[in-house]
Parts: sequence; structure tokens; C-alpha cells
Amino acid sequence: MGMTIVEKILARAAGRDTVKAGDVVEPRVDLAMSHENGALVINQFLEVFKDTGREPVPWDPSKIAIIFDHRVPAESPKTASNQKKIRAFVARHAITKFHDIRGDVGGICHQILPENGYVRPGFVVVGTDSHTTSHGALGAFAFGIGATEMASVWTLGIAVNVEVPETIRVNVTGRFPRFVGPKDLILHLIGVISAQGANFKVIEFYGETITRMSTSGRLVLCNMSVEAGATSGIVPADEETLRYLRDEAGVKEKLVPVTADSDAHYVRVVDIDVSSLEPQIACPHTVDNVKPVGQVAGTKVHQVVIGSCTNGRLDDLEIAAGIVRGKKVAGGTRMLVFPASGRIYQKALAEGLIADFMAAGAVVMNPGCGPCLGIHEGALGDNETALSTTNRNFKGRMGNPQSEVYLCSPAVAAASALTGEITDPRKGTGE
Amino acid sequence: MATIVLKLGDDISTDVIYPGRYMATVLPSETPQFAFADMTQFNAKLKAKEIPAGSIVAAGKNFGCGSSREQAASALCGHGLTIIAEDFARIFLQNSINLGLHLVICPGFAASEGEEIELAKETVVNKSSGVSFPILQLPRARQAIIDAGGLIPYTRQRLLASTHRAP
Ligand code: SF4
Repeated sequence: MGMTIVEKILARAAGRDTVKAGDVVEPRVDLAMSHENGALVINQFLEVFKDTGREPVPWDPSKIAIIFDHRVPAESPKTASNQKKIRAFVARHAITKFHDIRGDVGGICHQILPENGYVRPGFVVVGTDSHTTSHGALGAFAFGIGATEMASVWTLGIAVNVEVPETIRVNVTGRFPRFVGPKDLILHLIGVISAQGANFKVIEFYGETITRMSTSGRLVLCNMSVEAGATSGIVPADEETLRYLRDEAGVKEKLVPVTADSDAHYVRVVDIDVSSLEPQIACPHTVDNVKPVGQVAGTKVHQVVIGSCTNGRLDDLEIAAGIVRGKKVAGGTRMLVFPASGRIYQKALAEGLIADFMAAGAVVMNPGCGPCLGIHEGALGDNETALSTTNRNFKGRMGNPQSEVYLCSPAVAAASALTGEITDPRKGTGE
Repeated sequence: MATIVLKLGDDISTDVIYPGRYMATVLPSETPQFAFADMTQFNAKLKAKEIPAGSIVAAGKNFGCGSSREQAASALCGHGLTIIAEDFARIFLQNSINLGLHLVICPGFAASEGEEIELAKETVVNKSSGVSFPILQLPRARQAIIDAGGLIPYTRQRLLASTHRAP
């Protein structure tokens, strides 16, 4: 029996010839990412070493990445103090993959890792963030863990007792219609297989649509695979992956893609043709409550959010700016734009996109997680509705349990900002 | 015997268990005050210590989905709650095992708030309805961590057993 991508990656990382789903392995970790919750990781890491007589030194500081993004700049003294504690740890252990609050090299962890070439095909990546699944877009096996588990990785350099996951194969064919893209595809898939449909499993993406898709789009698919419960999403590394890492992330080393065997075993195969796919909306309060835009068009929207680790990249901003350019955000609706990284922000500035947004009445914020998780800024009032390009719409997600969040693509978000209600970008204002 | 103090449905996310706005609070000694913070009445009872340790929160499928925030597990752990659900989301399950939160996987479990439950090794018996439900065991890959009393002691054992790390 052949192996899937994740089986091959785990076999290599565990020093074995073969593994199969269900085996228990202890893979060496190639990259271990945390953000502000690094403060808790440090706490648990020091706990591990307590009374052992050993020096609490991480196994390999060059493999640790820490990115400040969830609450930047700090919204409270508590957060600022946590960030300060992390900075001291980073300095003490000479952790170089550290991205502080900066306009040049800062941004959201799931954009910073790819754009700096920290993730390579075949890597085992762990992150104290559930959307660590994103990095499967580069042909890695990347999954989210908790802070205590990260403390264990920092100590031992391995992920302990990992059960090799089963894999779902998703084949995607067809060309996206105008104003339909990767976000609509992944929302549609989650609607089909449900929020639990891929629990404890990996999703591998195949097909001509995926081959043609940019790394930016692939990041959207893998990012949201966790919303179907997946341990990770993976796109097999190919020409596009190598191009992205070489040209955009500046990676010079030789890269070796890991591909599945042709007789690999999949627990489920899902086929999707995107040529007749419509813009999709995830309605409150679960990500799998997915409907075509037509069924919810006309719903009043108080706040439109464009950004996040899902859809805050340059192509997303280009689509949104193209729709609002020369027009005005509707009265009674706030439009907030937050680019995923400083680098993207600067490119958007150079292309004039930031000027387009501001002229239309949008507020452009600093790179970071912004309103996505309801900690920091852009809170919603009671009974208000947000339409957002982020990835979660759970009750209270944007900070107020008395509000509602709908999820959509950048095209739908931008078209809706102009009308103040959920709007199909293929109609009217979009043109 | 233990009482079901809260009955929830499917897909209860970590945003419900531990809202994101309290994420700057990280220490397991401080997180319990924000358990189910947006369910204000239940949270008030927890904080007033009106809910005895060992009480049960019952839920449907995919309990703990969403964010990897470990506070969701540590906050429930701090109140000594037991969670019985039809199944759990992966990261929450692992965080709970790592921290020692008592989880019971029980497909088809049916119960209402206020009902009395008896937890045996392989079954959950709803004393009020008289129905018993089989328990699915936790992932065997994680048994060593459970046996060690959590991931911190487990990792400490592994660290001390390793020779390649300089003392
Ligand atoms: S943008 Fe949102 S989903 Fe992405 S890492 Fe930040 S908080 Fe998490």
C-alpha cells in the first residue's frame, strides 16, 4: 500500500521507512510557531524544568518562530507585559525567527511564516494556533497544538505520541466564475462535509483548479480546513510552490516536494466542480451553515471586515479595492481593512489600493489579527451584524455574544460595503 | 453519582468556553473565573462555588472546536468539571489530556440538566432515565500522558531519561 503525503512526511520525520494511518509516531519538529500565547508556553516550559537540575534551554532556538499578531499594538497593560516577557525570552535564547510589532516585517503568523520562507515542503510544523493548518499550502504537515504541548516540543524537539491521521482526498476541477474563488470553494466544502467532517483527518487537495491556484489561494483552503475539523490541509508542493518560495520568499536552498503514492489510501474522496459555484456565505453561528449568497442577500450589515490570515493578502485587497474604487461605503456601515502583513501593506500602498479604500470611506488598520477574534479593536454593538472575510463566526467570536458574524470572500465583502447589505458581487455595484 | 449542571448542543466552540477577550489571562490559576464567561448565570454559579467538583457538563458532537487556546481546558479544569460529550475536537481533546481535565467520550449520550449520572469505567448510566451508554476510550496514543498525570510530568520524565541534553 502506498503512502499519502502526511504518511510520507511523518515517516521521514520519525526516521521510519513507512507508516500508516493509526500508527503512533514521534516526529522531529522542523518549525515550532507561537504568537502572544508564547507567554503561556514559556510558563509551562519553565514548569517542565522545575526541580530537574537542568537548564531550561529550548532544544533548538533556530526552529522556534514567535510572531506578535493577536493583540498588536497591545490593547492592555496585561498584554503588553506578556509581550515584554516574550521579548526577554527571545533575547535570552537568541530566537531569530521573531517578528515584533513592526510595519516592515510584522504581520499575522500565518502570513509571516510563508512570506519569509520559514515553511518548506515536507516540513513538520506545529503552532500554538489552530490555523497552523494554513502551512499545508506549501506541502508541509502543519497542525495546531496547545501551549503545554508546545512546551514539550521546546523541551524534546519532537511532537510526542502523534497518531498518524487518515486522509480525505478532495479533487477540484473547473474554472472559477468571475467573483468566485478559493474562499467560496472552501466554504462550500465545509458546508458539504460539515464542521466535524474531517475531525482527526487530513485533507489533501488535488485537481487542475488547485494546480492553477496561487499559493495565496491555497493558503485560504488549508487555513480553513480546520473549520471542517481537519488536523491539517495539504496541497502537494509543485511548480507554483517552488516559484513562491524562491521568488516571493527568497528561499535559495534546493527544495524537495513530497508527493503521495498513486496507490495511497484515502478514507473519503470528494469531487467538486467549481465552474458553476456561486459566492458562498457562512451564516451565524457555525462555519458549516453555508448558503449561496442569493439566499441571504439583503441582510443588513453594520460592519464589513476585510483581512485576517484567511483573506488579508495582496490579491484579496486587489479584488476588494477594484470593487470599491471610486465608490463610497454605504452610510451606517463601517468598512475595516487590515492587511495580513507589513509587506502586503506596503505593496498595497505602492499599488494605490490603500488610497482607494480610504477614498471610499474604509478604515485601514495596522497588520495583525484585528477584529477577527474579538479581543482588540472593531468590536460589534448589541444586535449588530458583521460580514467578514475571516474564518470563524462562532457566537461571540468578534467580542460580543449579542452580535452576528457572516463569513464571505473579499469580493462579497467589498460589494456589500457599498450597499450596506449582503450583496452578490456579480450584480450591480461589482461591475 | 454526579449531577448534570449544564447541557449543551453540538459544536460548542472554545469562544463559548473561554471567550477570546480573556486570552491575555494565561495562568491556570487565573483562567477559571472566565469559564463560560458569556453564559453569565452559569459563570456566576461557578464563581460563587455553587457547583461542586465532579459535576458534569454534557454536550453533543465536536465539543471544543475552534481555537487552540489552552485556557478553555484549564478554565474547566480549575472548577473540577467532568465533560461528557459524543465526541471532542482534536486540539481541545489533547489540551484536556495534557492538563488533566476529565473528559468522557460517549456517543449517543442523552441527558438533561439536573439528571443524576453514574460514571463507571466502560459505561455512563443515566440514573434518572435508567439508560446506560458505552464509553469510547481516549486515544491510546495519549495513554502514557494520562498515566504520567499530564504532559508536564510526562515531558519532565522524558527529559530526565534523555542523555543527549546537557544538564
Ligand atoms: S487572523 Fe484571526 S484566525 Fe487568523 S491567526 Fe489571527 S485571530 Fe487567528
